[in-house]
Amino acid sequence: MTSPNSQIDNLLNREYPAGFVTDIDADSVPPGLSEDVIRLISARKQEPQFMLDWRLSAYRHWQTMPVPQWSSVHYPPIDYDAISYYSSPKSRKPGPSSLDEVDPKLLETYAKLGIPLAEQEMLSGVAVDAVFDSVSVATTFRDKLAEYGIIFCSFSEAVRDHPDLVRQYLGSVVPPGDNFYASLNSAVFSDGSFVFVPKGVRCPMELSTYFRINAANTGQFERTLIIADAGSYVSYLEGCTAPMRDENQLHAAVVELVALEDAQIKYSTVQNWYPGDEEGRGGIYNFVTKRGACRGVNARISWTQVETGSAITWKYPSVILEGDGSVGEFYSVALTNNLQQADTGTKMIHIGKNTRSTIISKGISARRGQNAYRGLVKVLKGAEGARNYTQCDSLLIGDRCGAHTFPYIEVKNPTARVEHEASTSRIGEDQLFYCRSRGLSAEDAVTMIVNGFCKQVLNELPMEFAVEAQKLLGINLEGAVG
Amino acid sequence: MNAMLTIEDLRVAVEDKPILKGIDLTINAGEVHAIMGPNGSGKSTFAQVLAGRDQYAVTHGRIDYDGQDLLALPPEERARAGIFLAFQYPVEIPGVSNVYLLKTAVNALRKHRGEPELDAMDFLTLVQQRMALVQIDEDLLYRSVNAGFSGGEKKRNEILQMLMLEPRLAILDETDSGLDIDALQIVASGVNSLRNKDRAFLVVTHYQRLLNYIKPDYVHVLAGGRLVKSGGPELAQELEQRGYGWLQEQAGAAP
Amino acid sequence: MTIPQQHYREAFERQRDQLPGAGVPWITRMRSRAMTAFQQKLFPDTRVESWKYTDLRSLDRHVFAPATATVRLTDLPDLTPWLFDGAPMHRLVFVDGRFTPELHPFQPLLTGVTLSSLAEILNAHPEQLEHVLGETLAPERPGFDAMNTAFLEDGAFIRLERDAVLEQPVHLLFISTGQRDSMTTVRNVIQAAPGSAATVIESWVALNDVACMSNSITEIRLDEGAALEHYKLELEGAAATHIGGTYVRQYRDSRLVSHSIALGGRLVRNELQVDLDGAGAECALNGLTVTQGRQHVDNNTRIDHRQPHATSNEWYRGILADRSRTVFSGRIVVHPDAQRTRAQQSNHSLLLSRDAEADARPQFEIHADDVQCAHGCTVGELDADALFYLRSRALDEAAARSLLVYAFAADVLERMRLEPVRHYLERKLAGRLSGDNRLPREVSPH
Repeated sequence: MTSPNSQIDNLLNREYPAGFVTDIDADSVPPGLSEDVIRLISARKQEPQFMLDWRLSAYRHWQTMPVPQWSSVHYPPIDYDAISYYSSPKSRKPGPSSLDEVDPKLLETYAKLGIPLAEQEMLSGVAVDAVFDSVSVATTFRDKLAEYGIIFCSFSEAVRDHPDLVRQYLGSVVPPGDNFYASLNSAVFSDGSFVFVPKGVRCPMELSTYFRINAANTGQFERTLIIADAGSYVSYLEGCTAPMRDENQLHAAVVELVALEDAQIKYSTVQNWYPGDEEGRGGIYNFVTKRGACRGVNARISWTQVETGSAITWKYPSVILEGDGSVGEFYSVALTNNLQQADTGTKMIHIGKNTRSTIISKGISARRGQNAYRGLVKVLKGAEGARNYTQCDSLLIGDRCGAHTFPYIEVKNPTARVEHEASTSRIGEDQLFYCRSRGLSAEDAVTMIVNGFCKQVLNELPMEFAVEAQKLLGINLEGAVG
Repeated sequence: MNAMLTIEDLRVAVEDKPILKGIDLTINAGEVHAIMGPNGSGKSTFAQVLAGRDQYAVTHGRIDYDGQDLLALPPEERARAGIFLAFQYPVEIPGVSNVYLLKTAVNALRKHRGEPELDAMDFLTLVQQRMALVQIDEDLLYRSVNAGFSGGEKKRNEILQMLMLEPRLAILDETDSGLDIDALQIVASGVNSLRNKDRAFLVVTHYQRLLNYIKPDYVHVLAGGRLVKSGGPELAQELEQRGYGWLQEQAGAAP
Repeated sequence: MTIPQQHYREAFERQRDQLPGAGVPWITRMRSRAMTAFQQKLFPDTRVESWKYTDLRSLDRHVFAPATATVRLTDLPDLTPWLFDGAPMHRLVFVDGRFTPELHPFQPLLTGVTLSSLAEILNAHPEQLEHVLGETLAPERPGFDAMNTAFLEDGAFIRLERDAVLEQPVHLLFISTGQRDSMTTVRNVIQAAPGSAATVIESWVALNDVACMSNSITEIRLDEGAALEHYKLELEGAAATHIGGTYVRQYRDSRLVSHSIALGGRLVRNELQVDLDGAGAECALNGLTVTQGRQHVDNNTRIDHRQPHATSNEWYRGILADRSRTVFSGRIVVHPDAQRTRAQQSNHSLLLSRDAEADARPQFEIHADDVQCAHGCTVGELDADALFYLRSRALDEAAARSLLVYAFAADVLERMRLEPVRHYLERKLAGRLSGDNRLPREVSPH
């Protein structure tokens, strides 16, 4: 994979649109946000005019919006003027020159997860030229997909190479004014993924961010757009199990999924946010707006996520069930340990007739972790025959953790059937002793019980992801008991 | 012949309150010992301490199991060494199926003994045979451990586990309480099917009834934290007729 | 100051010297502080989480004034329809929130029981209420609680001494005479000493369908081992606003069974908060809401498990017709030391028309791990299989629907131990469900 640095260099060596000249080699744009910064970003990316206009419009809207407050997640306020929205490569802090300079705890985790050395270097930001022949790997992959007519590239490339598609669908699921962080993202998004699957095509392999050029360091303001045309199928994997350590505190991403008639999009995320230290310091704020629209009849969108650690997450993958017979699914495991907090949930909006949604949310809280589920099931007036089934289960390990569920159920159609169930269970002394008296060690017992608890969700993940997810849960539960 | 289990002056307390006040007991392979006693005498504590429950503090004494210091071993190692406890109140573990727990436990044991692990087919065959003995339906196997089981089903499930794990020392902690006569007979036949010269049983019970079906070699009475009397199977009959009162007085008299 | 704020300030100033306990310093201070708190904001808006689904903007446009006491007793109708078929009960009757003994003979009770008008106690023996009044309210809570404290005039004061057991139920009958734009402010205080037991019924009825408001708070304290069965029947007029709070503090091993039934009123908010502040305490909260027209009923419950081994069980059902709307918000908080808590919550709503809306928020906040908590919540329509079954046994569709809807509601009524009350409600329910074609036929061909 080409290092990000050389890509940027290529870009910077091109000519700039007339009227806007800037000193390329200077340090990054000073922190803070203004229309000039946005113009700079757009120019650096060589975006067509429509994109710049779109960004500016979003920015102007953002300026009018109040910062959101949430009672259950506590975070100190973010100073938006202190963030640098674009950093030139020269201003990036030099990475470690070898693995010896990398935090040994991080390396230990990589080893446990079975990540090969070369990847470890890449993940830790070690500046190595041509660690492996990543350009050719990625290129071969793309060529194969192109045979099917499938477009899979970075968002920036899509803006340049497929502007019509982008223009048609960008902001159609998450409009720039939708919420505070979506607005900010719409103004300053850096990069992300773009996928288009043509009519009737079943994408032959799982698309992973790993294979996208410029996967590393796309940083804080990711923008992803996935379009599945009628009758198509695509499974997209995001994230990786290696702990994501980042200088950037604030992540405000936007992911839009559009599924047309009879199309299906499966979006899986396995994320292990580096939790900072045991006191929870140094964590990351992860504000993501993820939304899918089932536009056509019988369209189907599933969100599956396994998240551990971190920071303060605020994400509500949602599905808008417009097409008759469309289906929305949400499967989630959230694990918090130490002082981590997670506030997750989903929104299922039933609009068309005979739509269905399934929500399975499993929260595991250990030691002093706090897990909150906040979901919305909304059945609008015309949603004849809507069906929802929600199951929220909490597993508590230790007596200082917390599990909270705050579902919202709003039903305006009498033919709907909405069912919500929630339950709590624990791994306590009794269960552990029972398993140990049958010959299992305490760690094995915990792993067994946790896996049993999460089974329903793990079964929805593509296989390799599922294996990684299990490993991830195991590592993050270490020391949770005893 | 070396004894399988030797207990010397065992004293156990819970939150500083003494429960067992000096137990001495020897169990040889091939023997069935019954421990009877009034409620609150410490019978369950005794059973759980042998299995390694750490909320009980052993304040004094020694337990030798096959020449090893048992008190130094954590519960899973005691299990792997062949000690099995049938719980008085089997615990529920939602999300983990019975069959999964059984298979994991059986294979953990086999691994420890250097035997090859059972594959799914062989395991299932074995389970089905044993299930028939305790009259448990196959569908219970796929349910979560003890979840929604009736009292009788839970106890029979404990016996099933015992049959699958083939322990050397099986401790039954009031397995008969709450069972009707049919269930009692099933439990007893499960236990009896395992009786042989290499295996020992410690049957803790309040009622004499179970001992009609599992004939003990020795009967001990635990009262006030001590073994106040030992005898043959006829002691059980005597207790049935006279109750525990006469023995409790004796226990009360001792310091 | 907005116009409503000014209006309520003036109403308060006009009244304050005539309100019970006017000369008593602690009462005056309490009312003043409450009025200040109330003035800050008046009524909560929908941005306040617990009022998200109930819009109170009409209260900004439509102000109320304390009801006058000029209603002649001879103008009042016969009370018989509200007396549960003459079942023997101790009874206190309030007209527009004021105790009116002339309407119903009041017998002195057994020793060990005090049953009186709150106003009388405030005037004659205020010291009995000094550390009692307001003890179950969260301090300085603005909005309706503050409004109640500032304007409260009367209500029932029930005190049971140690081990006193009241065999006959106590019936508190609140009659609104329906003066346009009037408001009545009631505070009831029920104190049960260790080992005592009683049954208390609050009926809220009205003489007409005129727009008026009742603001009522019932404070309940159950000491160790005490038991109370509490009924609240909301049967007011079709344009009435009723804001009711029932705040309970329970101590060790005490037991509460609560039945909250809402059939009347245009805008009803029932807040029910139970603090399980002693080990082994138990509460069972049952609720039934049957709405029609444009009624809006908001049931907001909160149970705090603060100590170990306590049990709570919630069973709420709602039946909605026409354009009505119900909100159920049930929050259960299990505090860190409340191990071995068992909490169960079940909330089901039946929608009988296209335009009805049910909103539900079953919530858990759990900070202890050795607990069993579960909730189940459904919103839907009549079961098609059950309908078909009844029809295959020769019932026509309307009768089959009627029967199933009735059964759905009876599920809650069956939990009432007081037969006269249960029968009374069964009749009311049957009347509501069968008259006026309450069950439209075109709902659901499924």
